Amino acid sequence: MTTAPAKTAPGEGAPVHRTPLALLKGLFVRLGVLPFFLVVALVAFTALSDRFLTLDNLVNVARQSVYLILVSLGQMLVLITGGFDLSVGAAIAVTSVVSALAMTALAAVFPDAIWLVIALGALAGFGAALVIGLVNGLGVAYFGVSPFIMTLGVSSVAAGISLFLTGGVPVSGLPFEFGDLLGFGKLAGIPVPVLVAAVAAVLMWILMVRTRTGAHIYAIGGNIKAAHLSAIHTRKTLILAYGLCALVASLTGLLLTARVESGEANLGGTIALESIAACVIAGVSLRGGIGRVENVVLGAFFIVLVQNGMNLAQVSSYMQMVLLGGLLILAVIFDQIRYRMLLGAR
Amino acid sequence: MSPPLVETRGLTKRYPGVVALNAVDFTLMPGEVHVLFGENGAGKSTLISMLAGANHPTEGTILVRGEPVVFQDVSDARSRGISAVFQEFSLVPTLTVAENIFLGDEPRIGPFLDRRGMLNRALRLFEDLEFPISPKRRVSSLSRAEQQMVEIAKALHREVSILILDEPTASLTDREVDHLFAVVTRLKRQGVGIIYISHRMQEFARIADRVTVLRDGAKVGEVAMAETSESELVSLMAGRAITEIYPHIPRPKGDSAPLLSIRGLHAWGVHGIDLDVRPGEVLGVAGLIGSGKSRAFRALMGLLPVEAGQVTHAGLDVTGAPTRVLMARGLYYLTADRKTEGLQMTATTRDNLAQGILAGLPRRAGLLPWRAIRAKGEDIAQRVDIPPSYRGRLVAQLSGGNQQKTLFGRGLGSDYDLYILDEPTVGVDMGARAAIYGLIRDLAAAGKAVVVISSDLPEAMNLAHRLVVFSQGRIAAELEGEAIAESAVLAHFFDFDGDSAPSTAASSQGSAA
Repeated sequence: MTTAPAKTAPGEGAPVHRTPLALLKGLFVRLGVLPFFLVVALVAFTALSDRFLTLDNLVNVARQSVYLILVSLGQMLVLITGGFDLSVGAAIAVTSVVSALAMTALAAVFPDAIWLVIALGALAGFGAALVIGLVNGLGVAYFGVSPFIMTLGVSSVAAGISLFLTGGVPVSGLPFEFGDLLGFGKLAGIPVPVLVAAVAAVLMWILMVRTRTGAHIYAIGGNIKAAHLSAIHTRKTLILAYGLCALVASLTGLLLTARVESGEANLGGTIALESIAACVIAGVSLRGGIGRVENVVLGAFFIVLVQNGMNLAQVSSYMQMVLLGGLLILAVIFDQIRYRMLLGAR
Repeated sequence: MSPPLVETRGLTKRYPGVVALNAVDFTLMPGEVHVLFGENGAGKSTLISMLAGANHPTEGTILVRGEPVVFQDVSDARSRGISAVFQEFSLVPTLTVAENIFLGDEPRIGPFLDRRGMLNRALRLFEDLEFPISPKRRVSSLSRAEQQMVEIAKALHREVSILILDEPTASLTDREVDHLFAVVTRLKRQGVGIIYISHRMQEFARIADRVTVLRDGAKVGEVAMAETSESELVSLMAGRAITEIYPHIPRPKGDSAPLLSIRGLHAWGVHGIDLDVRPGEVLGVAGLIGSGKSRAFRALMGLLPVEAGQVTHAGLDVTGAPTRVLMARGLYYLTADRKTEGLQMTATTRDNLAQGILAGLPRRAGLLPWRAIRAKGEDIAQRVDIPPSYRGRLVAQLSGGNQQKTLFGRGLGSDYDLYILDEPTVGVDMGARAAIYGLIRDLAAAGKAVVVISSDLPEAMNLAHRLVVFSQGRIAAELEGEAIAESAVLAHFFDFDGDSAPSTAASSQGSAA
């Protein structure tokens, strides 16, 4: 159904060609460029470093990729509606600063109810991020501002506010329990952030594949006018997508804050670009309407894998920026080609 | 005798599942106005788009002055002196008239734009053509008629020996049409050949030399204008046994209360509409492009702002309600533009049908019953006659006919009681047409009210129990039963032309008669 546009092979019903090239083409049209990138990366980094393809390292990559996976899931929502969100990084920073400030302030008032303090602090962070998401959504849905300008502007506003609130100095003195649970905690031997990401991914999958809201998000990105003519409240759905995206980013911000044990305005600096790259590489169309949760998880994992591989291969961090940007552009070019093949193949 | 300016031999254009143009031979002599005549979808637009280089033939050859040519693109054709004015304007609204006319061919002094020269040349051109438009104005500030004139001026600004005009008078007033015809006559005298597409038959006698009639992509006749009559042309155009394709739709018995009442509806280009629609009836809506026939219904569906008037559905005032509210009440609008606002082109037929079903599900939280939705989708696909092997394909890969059937299927996903069908068979083949007419019959038979808005006159006439004719944003006539005849309808197409007062407005009240 709407929720899984790529599930059925586009060539269904057509005469079946089974040359290797046609098979690759079919795989590309169905899944996008990710499988090809993954193979290339695995081969290249295994050749460059013998520590790369070890269980330890891969587990390490999985743990590091949690944050990007979460943000990419939110980014995916917005991309599927046909927009994008450049303010996810700022949402992370705001969450970090606001929740940290709230926790330190509340901890002074209720030193005995430490879990209440943590919960209220987290809520404050979520609330602040939700405002960012709603402003984005309102601007895009009701005032027709292009998502690019809207989220870029909001990103500057939010980053400025978080710097203003902290004066650029990290907010320290968070409750230890906060960092112990969300930053370094383990449940049944599994790190808490990994569990959080897994639960979020499952919930996101259910939202996109099994609920009306998910179907509406796909429909809006596929053809917003047609969605309107199918009795879909397009504006409400858009605002919901931007709001959810900000909330998921906020959750990431909370996990990161727990990890670094302080509220910092410079968290999430490059994550907007990275999350868009992860989604596009995972086959989420920049035109909207196409994208799948499980692929996005893989796409975010891939980005972190590449960063890890480059670290092991001793590529400098400046060079890594160059490569990441190049990778994004390459993915968009392949997305373009894929879209043409999708529509052109008769 | 000189060779023809343009000649086509066996010109054919195939799309998957459709033959848009089938082995057409066509000639255009210097100083001749050659009319292309036929229903919508007969192949006129396909033919001229290939002559203008905008489209490439599947088979056959085009000869310009006896020399075979292959046009890569529009500029290729233009360099051979072929210029076309299409129905869809190619003007940039944010630029001035002069800038639009010289777009892509700007006069320059050295590396710089010669703005003064551009303006002067545009001024001279407009004086020549006697078009009263300042070249300094922005295109976005012009009326549709003025834009049409700019479009024509743009086509004429350089040496043109073959001019293609696609329904140029559709949005012009009588006086503007006179202007245009004076220009056409002057061009004729200069030896320019003109290919002219129009539905307005009374224009042919004034300017046409020859008429070629197309039907379903094939040439069915070529006659000299002096030796033919309107009735001969109409019978050539309609040709086929119309009764075969149009089903008999039984009229509802008795006089039921109107399901939908429109009173004094005003919107952009709609100047006061009064209309009732009853359950079980098929209401035909005819009129030229720009007559407001589509806009009136788009306004009542919440797709255009309603400026004044009242819309009542089943006894409740729904004026200006949002589209989704109207749909929840049982009104369905099938768009005339399936690609840009009807279908999700990158999703499959199944997914598109599911969206239609989703619209009708009760609003409650929780997981969607996908199994039931899928089963219902298969039912609908069966009803609209889409073969199982096509249902999993992307809509973009389907023929126009199957796309339209998919769009129709979206409307069957939920239980609506009023179907507004805007150009339900635009750009589809005969087979799909027949299938869609069958669906319309089934809807009416099930007691639904069906409104068929159509620029295809035989379609509107043959399906309708009752036919209203729009002209200049008003209802010019309402015809019922036996009174629905081609001549009667055509006569009303131009009511209110110019700025004359409504002449037979009284007939618009006659729904009870």
